[in-house]
Amino acid sequence: MKSIRSTSLALICFLVAACGGAGDSGPVASVLHRALSSDPESLDPQKIRSVQAGEILRDIGEGLVGYTATGELIPAAAESWTVSDDGLSYTFTIRSDARWSNGDTVTAEHFAFGLRRLVDPATAAFNAFLVADIVNAGAITSGEAGPEALGVEAVDDRTLIITLAQPTPYFLNLLTYPSTFPVHPDAVAEHGEAFARAGNLLSNGAYKLDGWEPGSVLDLSRNEQYWNNAATAIDEVRHHVLTQEMTQLNRYRAGELHITSSVPPDSFQQVREEMSDELHIAPQLGVYYYGFNLTKPPFKDNPALREALSMAIDRDVLVTRITGRGEEPAYSWVPPGVDNYEPRRFNYAEEDQGERNAHARRLLQEAGYGPDNPLQIELRYNTSDTEQRIALAVQSMWNEVLGVETTLINEEFQVLLANMRQQEVTQVFRSSWIGDYNDAHTFLSIMESDNASNMPGYSNEEFDSLMQSADEQTGAKPRRLYLEEAERILLADHPVIPLYFYVSKHLVSPDVVGWGDNVLDYHYSQHLSLAPNDATP
Amino acid sequence: MLRYALLRLLGAIPTLLLVIVLAFLMVHAAPGGPFDDERVLPPETRAALEAAYDLDEPLHQQLLGYLSRLVRGDMGPSYRYRDHTVSELIGNAFPVSLKLGAMAMLLAIVIGVAAGSLAALRRNTLVDRAVMVLAMTGISIPVFVIAPVLVLFLAVNLNWLPAGWSGNEGAARFVLPVVALALPQIAYIARLTRASMIDVLASDFVRTARAQGLGTSAIVRYHALKPAMLPVLSYMGPAIAAILTGSVVVEEIFGIPGLGQFFVRGALNRDYTLVLGIVIFYATLVVLLNLVVDLLYSAIDPRIRRR
Amino acid sequence: MRMLADTLRRMSKSRSLMFSAGILVSIVIVAIVGPMLSPHDYQQTDFDNLLHAPGRAHMQFFGTDDLGRDLFVRSMLGVQVTIVVAIVASIVSLVIGVAYGAIAGYVGGRVDAVMMRFVDTLYALPFIFFVILLMVAFERNFLLIFVAIGAINWLDMARIVRGQTLSLREREFVDAARLTGVSAARIIFRHIAPNLVGVVIVYVTLTIPQAILVESFLSFLGLGIQEPQTSLGALVDAGVNQMEGASWMLLIPAALLAVILLCFNFLGDAMRDVFDAKDAR
Repeated sequence: MKSIRSTSLALICFLVAACGGAGDSGPVASVLHRALSSDPESLDPQKIRSVQAGEILRDIGEGLVGYTATGELIPAAAESWTVSDDGLSYTFTIRSDARWSNGDTVTAEHFAFGLRRLVDPATAAFNAFLVADIVNAGAITSGEAGPEALGVEAVDDRTLIITLAQPTPYFLNLLTYPSTFPVHPDAVAEHGEAFARAGNLLSNGAYKLDGWEPGSVLDLSRNEQYWNNAATAIDEVRHHVLTQEMTQLNRYRAGELHITSSVPPDSFQQVREEMSDELHIAPQLGVYYYGFNLTKPPFKDNPALREALSMAIDRDVLVTRITGRGEEPAYSWVPPGVDNYEPRRFNYAEEDQGERNAHARRLLQEAGYGPDNPLQIELRYNTSDTEQRIALAVQSMWNEVLGVETTLINEEFQVLLANMRQQEVTQVFRSSWIGDYNDAHTFLSIMESDNASNMPGYSNEEFDSLMQSADEQTGAKPRRLYLEEAERILLADHPVIPLYFYVSKHLVSPDVVGWGDNVLDYHYSQHLSLAPNDATP
Repeated sequence: MLRYALLRLLGAIPTLLLVIVLAFLMVHAAPGGPFDDERVLPPETRAALEAAYDLDEPLHQQLLGYLSRLVRGDMGPSYRYRDHTVSELIGNAFPVSLKLGAMAMLLAIVIGVAAGSLAALRRNTLVDRAVMVLAMTGISIPVFVIAPVLVLFLAVNLNWLPAGWSGNEGAARFVLPVVALALPQIAYIARLTRASMIDVLASDFVRTARAQGLGTSAIVRYHALKPAMLPVLSYMGPAIAAILTGSVVVEEIFGIPGLGQFFVRGALNRDYTLVLGIVIFYATLVVLLNLVVDLLYSAIDPRIRRR
Repeated sequence: MRMLADTLRRMSKSRSLMFSAGILVSIVIVAIVGPMLSPHDYQQTDFDNLLHAPGRAHMQFFGTDDLGRDLFVRSMLGVQVTIVVAIVASIVSLVIGVAYGAIAGYVGGRVDAVMMRFVDTLYALPFIFFVILLMVAFERNFLLIFVAIGAINWLDMARIVRGQTLSLREREFVDAARLTGVSAARIIFRHIAPNLVGVVIVYVTLTIPQAILVESFLSFLGLGIQEPQTSLGALVDAGVNQMEGASWMLLIPAALLAVILLCFNFLGDAMRDVFDAKDAR
């Protein structure tokens, strides 16, 4: 027995010693612990596409313009700018004290370099479309012209002129996107494709990249060379890569995280009750929708049927009982809170659900379906608890109100995407759209006939021409009218069923000061500080 | 012995090749690709990306290209982590999984053998039944239930241990994942040991030893333990596979950047090179490990003669 | 026939065997009959009755889940699916494993060596990775789950069967059959196979728990049985998320799962005792 006893003793000692390791306190620097829902695919500004990559880059990089914590546009690396009367020429003056993390000055040429890289087909940038309005951007991306032909010019070290092919009122918003951030040409020359790795990466933002453990954590520390370094309160930021929402919640509750990127749906009730002052819910520029495949029966050329299905869904029940995270039910396509815009609504938006159900039944009959000819359709969605619950709820609603038999098909995300694009097998599919910038255009443009992200295959000449006209306007008012009219037509055609508008949900520790809710869900670490009595976790 | 080892290794190569081809075909068979997203790519961008990653070549050409690079030790860039190579990702993830797995295995053996021996010695008493019931619980409750329950009580509510992996230093962050991973194996090993120990204790030479007046602990230590461990040793192969499987769950739940996590995400992201790299790496590793286990087995029991 | 009666008698003498078998049979009966008696449907959602604790009226013994569906009926469906998947998957691995092992063991010599070398190397592979790849490549369908799980387990079966076949091959009655010119296939099927039954049954009862756990593991990854169908593994996985707010969603399916697994384990052990005792003649 002695051998067994001594082994057990050793084991217990090991466990105790291991427990003693927890709760190490580091140096006095303030450290912010944030959650990131997945690894960025890259930190090369022109190669990114994901929200997560954007989050990191907003901390380690800076564009010409930026946002405040509450979402107002402000100068960033550019201290001022002027716009020509025809809206086609933007002249930026770069700050004289803008620096890279190695001490070099940030010049206008660095911005131009970044933008040319963005449209250069050799970079194969996902977000090249953001700057499609710059002169020659399209020609360069399709290979007809070289990157030097791009309508950006660094007149001198501090002056950058960008020329557009058509007036784009939201152009400044586009320049907040990390894909337009500058790149130090020397870094690319020296390290080639590897210039974006920790150790090589030069940062012109508030923080620099110290290390990146894929699948685990990204470590950022203060960039002393940053022109506004004095205003940066937090010394180190650690972005923890945590794909499971439950794990984020657990770690937050255990005091290991200051900020989560989301809240698990199943725990939402509990979180709302127990941690209501730490829970931040804010409208976000995104719409969750079910799309119809308009290229094939039964939904091709059948607006009455589409409208019936759209009306029969009780969106209030969806957002209160099924998702229950403070989402806004959607009776329009463009979300509320978009700059300079008033979304149109479905004509049935004012009816109550009982009236809508009756109306829907009539429409269904008109479309030729009924108890002796029941409608049988397929609903595709991607694997996720939330998606599943919503699909089950909608299936049940369509069944009860309209007698429609819906087969649910749960597909892996990649598979669903492929199917949506091919438009062969889909009938009704789940999708969503997050706005790229704070303007109605980002939502309406994807419904243009030639837009690659037009999953339903919607094609309406009047809609297209209204969008075209809107693009040509220089004045904000007429442009807005065109866009609103376009949305009205879109809604009347029912190519999609918008279900709800996204909300961002974060748990933010009471120790964090300076958090601002905004519709883009951008939260720069440099705007935050940690309350003095708990600087170290 | 060396010849045997070498022959075994050589014999494994054709199978490894088969594994690579199979995995390659399967990943490419899955619909969707590494660059798909809701925001559909403009055709020029898609063309440029596919050219950069050789995805526009016919499949057999891609396979040959991959194999020729593999022979030179180059597993290629990751499609999803565009700033990292597959070798690098595996190089970072493997030590983590290794530590986790090794500690779980060690814990499982130590506690499993101890518990099983105890149960065998105190056969049919309360202790025996208690140990066996606990063992059975370990087998019948899936890891993805045990782990979150442990996290909830020990980390979140009582704050005794860290709830996650990243950003925590020290051995403390290993405790919960290792325990969760080890529990089912503790159960199996305890059962195996108990059964085998009972047999051994009833055998002639043990009875002789007892007749000669040797005490129980001496008998266990010097006579019974080694032969009783034989079935445990031959369980090592399946045990390693089981820990590998379990690690996928545990890594997911605790956010541990191990090979299991990277594999699942790689498969879902269609990160072809990463997936292939991990499959090959693991297959090679397991072949080597099994060889080691076999050699150990014959070292312990010299009665085994290889054909 | 006499062998069968004899075996049954031995089985009836084993307490743990009868007990486990009894529990399993009762669970299966309730799983089949229960939903028929309940007024609730397994996919009927009820948004006014979300997450109600067990003990409600209207035969909702186990309460409701987060979509208002009756947990009793869903748990019973889960039991049905879990057991069916496990049995079918085990049969798949049984068929492949027995055929493979019997052929290898009977033919012997070089063929056997090659076949077993193949098994040895396959044994070493990270099968779980291939299962994941399989499910990802060919989308989740019910049939594929059986195949995938069966593909993991057949190796053990093949090995055991081969060993048994090897020893059986040397027995006199096989020699006699060979001498009188009976074909190899006939020998395998008529003479060797019946003697394998014992070993095979034991192994099937022991691989069933494994199959159940693999299916629940796949459910955890989102690759298992798809909604609105469910299995115990899927229910348990959903229940974990509701652990704090609605613990019954976890406890009830987990308890059912544990009991079923335990019964199969005990059953397997008891079967092994029965058949071993028989062989030790």
